[in-house]
Amino acid sequence: MSLQVFRHWIPTVKDAFDRTLMVAKFFCSLHVTNTFLCTCALAMGPSMLPTLNLTGSLVLVERLSIRFGKMASGDVVLIRSPEEPRKVVIKRIVGVEGDAVGNEEATAVVPKGHIWIEGDNKHNSRDSRQFGPVPYGLLEGRVFWVMWPPEDFGSVGRKVENISLESAGCQKT
Amino acid sequence: MGTRNFLWNSAKKFFTIGLIGLTVSDRYFSIVPVRGYSMSPTFNPQISSSTGSLTDDRVLVEKFCLEKYKFSCGDVVVFCSPSNHREMHIKRITALPGDWISTPHSYDAIVVPKGHCWVEGDNSVFSLDSRSFGPIPLGLVHGRVTHIVWPPQRVGKVDKRIPQEHLPF
Repeated sequence: MSLQVFRHWIPTVKDAFDRTLMVAKFFCSLHVTNTFLCTCALAMGPSMLPTLNLTGSLVLVERLSIRFGKMASGDVVLIRSPEEPRKVVIKRIVGVEGDAVGNEEATAVVPKGHIWIEGDNKHNSRDSRQFGPVPYGLLEGRVFWVMWPPEDFGSVGRKVENISLESAGCQKT
Repeated sequence: MGTRNFLWNSAKKFFTIGLIGLTVSDRYFSIVPVRGYSMSPTFNPQISSSTGSLTDDRVLVEKFCLEKYKFSCGDVVVFCSPSNHREMHIKRITALPGDWISTPHSYDAIVVPKGHCWVEGDNSVFSLDSRSFGPIPLGLVHGRVTHIVWPPQRVGKVDKRIPQEHLPF
């Protein structure tokens, strides 16, 4: 009698298992795409002002160039804050290892395995000028496309230091 | 036709297993081998070659702690080396943000900055740790070591331990 009951249940159990596996597969592929290929992020705050919006822009972030070590100065990156590990911030790389960075008063050489990050808005950004060079291992991805707001829609390119300074000046006047 | 079908099916199966395995190892648990003897006697108590062998310890790393980045003194953690992002290190956290720590080669004490931690190996003679590269950001931590899973005679829990010389602080 009991065997009969079990036999009756077998197709249902199999079906349930198949569906669970499908859902699990879906979420796994979502997670893998998110952590290894690309993801989107919401950027808020004033620190990247001429490039990204103050009130929030939706950006696309790719994670492959981190893995292959193709980062150079000028890239806009998503990076885990060294002061608050639960927060992720968006800044621009100003120097990679071996580069000299700084202003007229003080220069420093970025140590091995570290990068120097700064916000585009020099006057309102908490970055390497306060906490020094950050380890490469904190990098989370490279920002390559702005999705929202629609007027900023387009790619985010590599920009070298003096050009970004000029555009910041334009924005102000 | 039959072989092609079989190949396609097994490829699909491998892909699924890989996908699920990658997710689990990225979010929940993973198993990593321990190389070198900087954490001896907790891991690799006998001297092993640095190239890796079967007698190296394998440890279970849990990643749930990354949700909140809440660690306590004495936890053994896996972290990305601050000077080379391709290398992983296993060390013990000996001080958390706000704690005072004595620096080596001098009688100074420094305070660990916000969002950082101080890591040291159990075998202080052979260990490259915070005493040479300073405090590391907590964001570099990739998980906490909880158990030893290989070799069979050493299976067990990894306990929290605070080195004696740090207790007075």
